[in-house]
Amino acid sequence: MTHFSAMSLLKNALTGHKNWREQWPDSQPKAEYDVVIVGAGGHGLGAAYYLARQHGITRVAVIDKGWLGGGNTGRNTTIVRSNYLYDESARLYDHALDLWDDLSQELNYNVMYSKRGVMMLAHNVHDVQSFQRHIHSNRLNGVDNRWLTPEQAKAFCPPLDISARRRYPVMGAALQMRAGTARHDAVAWGYARGAAARGVDIVQNCAVTAIRRGPDGAVIGVETSRGFIKARKVAVSAAGNTSVVLQSAGLRMPLESYPLQALVSEPVKPIFPCVVMSNSVHAYISQSDKGELVIGSGTDQYVSYSQRGGLPLIEHTVAAICEVFPIFRRMRMLRKWGGIVDVTPDRSPILGKLPVPGLYVNCGWGTGGFKATPGAGHLLAWTVAKDEPHPINAPFTLERFTTGRLIDEAAAAAVAH
Amino acid sequence: MSRYRIPGKGRIDHARPVRFTFDGRVIEGRQGDTVASALLASGIHLMGRSFKYHRPRGVVSAGSEEPNALIGTQRGGPDRFEPNTRATMQEVWDGLTTESQNKWPSLAFDLGAINDRLYMLFSAGFYYKTFMWPKAFWDKVYEPFIRRAAGLGRSPALPDPDHYASRNLHCDVLIVGAGPAGLAAALSAARAGAQVVLVDEHAEMGGTLLSEPQLRIDGAGAWDWLAATLAELSALPNVRLMSRTTAIGYYHENMVGLCQRLTDHLASPPADAPRERLWRVRAKQVVLAQGAIEKPLVFDGNDRPGVMLSGAAQTFLHRFGVKVGDRPVVVTVHDSAWHTAFDLAAAGMKVAAIVDLRNDVAPALVQQARTLGIEPLPGHTVTGTTGRLRVASVRVAAVSGSQVASGRRIACDALLMCGGWTPSLHLFSHTKGSLRWDAETGAFLPDRKTEACQIAGAGRGLWGVAAALDDGAKAGALAASAAGRVAGAGTFAVSGDRPGRGVVVRELPTDGNPGRAKAFVDYQNDVTAKDIRLAVREGMRSIEHVKRYTTNGMATDQGKLSNINGLMIASEALQKPAPEVGLTTFRPPYTPTSFGALAGYHKDDHFEVTRRTPIDAWADAQGAVFEPVALWRRARYFPRAGEDMHKAVARECRAVRSAVGMFDASTLGKIEVVGPDAATFLERMYTNPWAKLQPGRCRYGLLLGEDGFIRDDGVIGRLADDRFHVTTTTGGAARVLNMMEDYLQTEWPDLNVWLTSTTEQWAVVALQGPNARKLLEPLVEGLDLSDAAFPHMAVAECTVAGFLARLFRVSFTGELGFEINVPARHGRALWDLLWQAGQAHGVTAYGTEAMHVLRAEKGFIIVGQDTDGTVTPQDAGLTWAIGKAKPDFVGKRSLMRPDIVARGRKQLVGLLTDDPATVLEEGAQIVADPSKPLPMRMIGHVTSSYWSEALGRSIAMALIEDGHDLQGKTLHVPMEGRTIAARVSGVTFYDPEGQRLKV
Amino acid sequence: MLLIHCPYCEETLPEAEFAYAGEAHIARPADPMALSDEEWRDFLFIRSNPRGTHFERWRHLHGCGRFFNAVRDTVTDKFQMTYKAGLPRPDLSAMKEAAE
Repeated sequence: MTHFSAMSLLKNALTGHKNWREQWPDSQPKAEYDVVIVGAGGHGLGAAYYLARQHGITRVAVIDKGWLGGGNTGRNTTIVRSNYLYDESARLYDHALDLWDDLSQELNYNVMYSKRGVMMLAHNVHDVQSFQRHIHSNRLNGVDNRWLTPEQAKAFCPPLDISARRRYPVMGAALQMRAGTARHDAVAWGYARGAAARGVDIVQNCAVTAIRRGPDGAVIGVETSRGFIKARKVAVSAAGNTSVVLQSAGLRMPLESYPLQALVSEPVKPIFPCVVMSNSVHAYISQSDKGELVIGSGTDQYVSYSQRGGLPLIEHTVAAICEVFPIFRRMRMLRKWGGIVDVTPDRSPILGKLPVPGLYVNCGWGTGGFKATPGAGHLLAWTVAKDEPHPINAPFTLERFTTGRLIDEAAAAAVAH
Repeated sequence: MSRYRIPGKGRIDHARPVRFTFDGRVIEGRQGDTVASALLASGIHLMGRSFKYHRPRGVVSAGSEEPNALIGTQRGGPDRFEPNTRATMQEVWDGLTTESQNKWPSLAFDLGAINDRLYMLFSAGFYYKTFMWPKAFWDKVYEPFIRRAAGLGRSPALPDPDHYASRNLHCDVLIVGAGPAGLAAALSAARAGAQVVLVDEHAEMGGTLLSEPQLRIDGAGAWDWLAATLAELSALPNVRLMSRTTAIGYYHENMVGLCQRLTDHLASPPADAPRERLWRVRAKQVVLAQGAIEKPLVFDGNDRPGVMLSGAAQTFLHRFGVKVGDRPVVVTVHDSAWHTAFDLAAAGMKVAAIVDLRNDVAPALVQQARTLGIEPLPGHTVTGTTGRLRVASVRVAAVSGSQVASGRRIACDALLMCGGWTPSLHLFSHTKGSLRWDAETGAFLPDRKTEACQIAGAGRGLWGVAAALDDGAKAGALAASAAGRVAGAGTFAVSGDRPGRGVVVRELPTDGNPGRAKAFVDYQNDVTAKDIRLAVREGMRSIEHVKRYTTNGMATDQGKLSNINGLMIASEALQKPAPEVGLTTFRPPYTPTSFGALAGYHKDDHFEVTRRTPIDAWADAQGAVFEPVALWRRARYFPRAGEDMHKAVARECRAVRSAVGMFDASTLGKIEVVGPDAATFLERMYTNPWAKLQPGRCRYGLLLGEDGFIRDDGVIGRLADDRFHVTTTTGGAARVLNMMEDYLQTEWPDLNVWLTSTTEQWAVVALQGPNARKLLEPLVEGLDLSDAAFPHMAVAECTVAGFLARLFRVSFTGELGFEINVPARHGRALWDLLWQAGQAHGVTAYGTEAMHVLRAEKGFIIVGQDTDGTVTPQDAGLTWAIGKAKPDFVGKRSLMRPDIVARGRKQLVGLLTDDPATVLEEGAQIVADPSKPLPMRMIGHVTSSYWSEALGRSIAMALIEDGHDLQGKTLHVPMEGRTIAARVSGVTFYDPEGQRLKV
Repeated sequence: MLLIHCPYCEETLPEAEFAYAGEAHIARPADPMALSDEEWRDFLFIRSNPRGTHFERWRHLHGCGRFFNAVRDTVTDKFQMTYKAGLPRPDLSAMKEAAE
């Protein structure tokens, strides 16, 4: 692996960039691995990286039906934050945040983790109560999150309109300063490069068609479009396609897949310093380093794998952004796209063992998986390597849907009364 | 000033000068000019700076695919400014202000161009490899630097004063693109009687015809034929023609979004005119006649101002009467550029040479070039250009096999290139229709369709106007037939057509080092051929990876000029055929679309409706402070002079406890449940028993989700055996009705029950307080209000102040209380009469804040505040509301799940601070041991907390782990800088015996 | 925006009039109290989420208000049919054969 640095960049510039080597090879699948990870997004590649790096397990293949990083990793709005309400969630996402902090150095790949702050706007009394609850809980969990008055919010994000005459006036905001954005592709590429350098095979354009189980019920490998691959441990980290893959192992999951759309504006000079989210108007926004306003919203209402999405949701999202930031009405939408997110009934992920020996899952991240990438990869690797969950992901079991111990972040945000 | 304008030529109005400014300099154009054509007429090619290297750039195209000539445009003051406008699409008008972008201090001298000197450092993906040390520098130094360098124009800084509109439209046939194919399609479909909509993004319809006046169609000149065709179409009542209208996206089931620009071309728009209008068109059939886009050629120095597409030069000449230079050179791999050269020569330009990589150029073309005094150079390549702010010369060299001879320089002031043509398939791709690679044309063509559409003309690889006309006519006829009309396709006699042929090239061959060449593929994002090769070298194998690593095709032109060239170069580097490398997805919109148009009417007060009660205007006149609750606005409190919220609420609470308060409860959700099985239905929906509830009585009802968690609550009154008046929370009304309908229609269709939303049918006034009966009694007819005859939790129909009413004796305050429902149209009148009558009894209006305090004093929960979607009836202390004998109700089974009956659940309790003056913060967290370090183990949180005027101290409700077992225990609320001690109590703080109701 | 045929109104109308209501043919058990925790979980939470043919429910919310069932391909978003609530799950292969 060529070390990346200003020096190596300079040296290669002088030789016409002829000597860079490929960042990861496009591997052919071998007949057998110790671990097969299904899904070469940031989570799956991250798991492979940590399996090799921290657990010494290098006979690992990451298999994807398309190109690595081509799913939700490359389709999200790149927000990274950890100001979740429940202890379990706060720990999970804050664990990821800790890893984000050193990720560029760890991977020797600049993932551009930018701690520019994520500000969540309160538009009614109920929002205020809910955010205060988050802030108090975060503070005692050691998670950074603070309350801003409307004036402080405006000072932090000057384009914000805090006039009381707005349909959704700003009554305050919760700010997590450590939160921000990161460069989504770089995360996948950085993990791919790091994992490949440690011996992991990244097998692209290879669809897993079935998970095979032996007579004792345990996993023995996966059938793929390029033949059978033997493995005693299989971890599925396939986002919207997880339930389809697991169906082949005889498992039915509490998951549904929905289209989620996002859009960017034409690029402009720096105008927007942070990330702003508003649950009441259903939109969030930041500005990329390239200058584009990056805007996202909620999911379409129906289950779908079409990655298409409709116009009405875009109309509503843009209207919502312009309601909070009326100066952007003359900006233009450059492109919009859709991803497929897998959603659990309690909007929290499932990360752990499944009731099939040798089978592990990382799914159900809904609209919020990107921020967890390093954490999810790290915890999945731990769970696979030790065949038991790390204490941080231990609560995120499949069994909670049987016992009723849900981690319901969506319900906790509750409803206006 | 307009030295490059050819008098009398083009479609502009030479008699009407138009003045606008560019970077402060006054430019004179003509009516009908675009900013680009007017600048070119003045000899200005330099219109912008590129994104990364800040290289000087001129206009490349004459259409919406323009990557370079992006400008800021402004009307009047700075509130009507927008960045990144394509100079090729912006029409000029008197007073238009424009500015160049991404430069400092000036367009001609830009310090940012230092990046260009360091271009070898700024290779594809360079930022992934550096800026990592020292770590803290990323946020503080590197990122701010990158952000400032990036971006193009500046953002608008003031709210937009313009407004925007939107409409829905249904039609038989929507035709996108009004070039020859689209016009012919419109004729076929319109003549068959189909409802036709024909849209084109340009100011004028006609497409290619505007740039090919030499054509003759059915015996008429192209422009005469165009005028006659448009006249025929616009005279037909079943045809709608829309210019300046871009089809932005093609959505499910033949819905196409259009953005129509209504005022940006006008010097003085009508005051009330919307700036743009979004159309949502649902067409039975769509005809895509978007034509093709000319490909640039990739060679060293292909980006200097003055280097442009040959078709653009032809358009500037014929449409705008503008010479793009005095001495152009043409470089091409396609016949079409030869014809451009001939047209330019005929218009008086000295075309120095036509460089064509092909050896086998048609002899007739070579001959004609010689005749016109143009040096034909078949079998030649361009290996470089010179000129800083304008191209000054081009280096041409003979190619023989893979050998490139040493070249010679030809002086020029414009270089016109043609790399062939790419069918425009963006909208088709939005539908997820599949594409197939056509090796012969070297282009992707439409293959499998997913929507009801036809693709006509150059969009499916047919070159030439004759072919486009015939194909368009057929497509129009097919579409009209599919839409149920009887249609035929006309044919056209075309002369002067110049379809031509060409070959596909990747990069032009060169004798130089391709690793050093600044051969641009994506102009705006400064992606060069070597960047693409570097990406491949570094392991990027899919075109999607190459795109993301190099940013090729991600600029504001969305790869219209760069995608195919990028693909060809990547496929060569990968040694794989192009179709295996794949094409990146085209994503809507076709061209950038203003947020204003997308938001449409949904702004300010119209962003979302505000629901107001019949009494809202009264509250407003009283100076009430409102709060938004769901879509409603509700009076939160009624401050008097000098009062803050705390003082006003304390006064309102005192009034209710000591005299009588009036409260507008109209927002409460109301559902009429009627039918022989109404009681059975409620038995199954709600936790409580209903069968034995007598008509004339009410009961508190608790609704769970099937998961066992509290969803809603409210008082339900039984008016008759078969009729219930159900109330819900303000925010929950629609959800509850939907849930009820779901169970009734799909689980229990055998039940004979009707559900009706009556939320807005009734206005509701609550009278609460010891004087409530005294106030109300004189106004009531047909009902004995005494405690014996009309006890707590009674309901009756009667007359109040002359209005038919449903009267509930209920209390959400713990005081004697009535809720009077009258038809909404009488709500205000009732309120006024009660208010008048109440003056004698000390009546006071109170808002939602006092209501919250009063109910908290009694320990009544608010769903959504004291519960959060994870709270069961047991948790909330509401087991008494569960009908023990009922075999089933919604959510019952879930209450038996292991973790629902386990210990450790959060339970609702009261909380009294040791210091009675301290009011806890709602949302504050509770711990058992505050001395522990962070992260601290939290056992619960404060759900409601108020100053209780009645008790003269603070009160709070909290959800605490096993809280029901902790009565009397002291717990702690760690705040920033201090910790507050509080004791667990019951939730009923005031009048626990309920004595005050028994009056 | 999808176009949806309401089997009650017998009209094909834009998605904006309709609300999606989850997977179809998950009947509420007649006696929930008799179910094991696992069976109850299956009813509450487990969904097929197929890549392809999906049986699902919609409500003509801003129309007749009726819930009905639909068969839609989740990859193309194309509706194959809609039918009234309470009707059995259609046998698509039989329908296909009949059509051929």
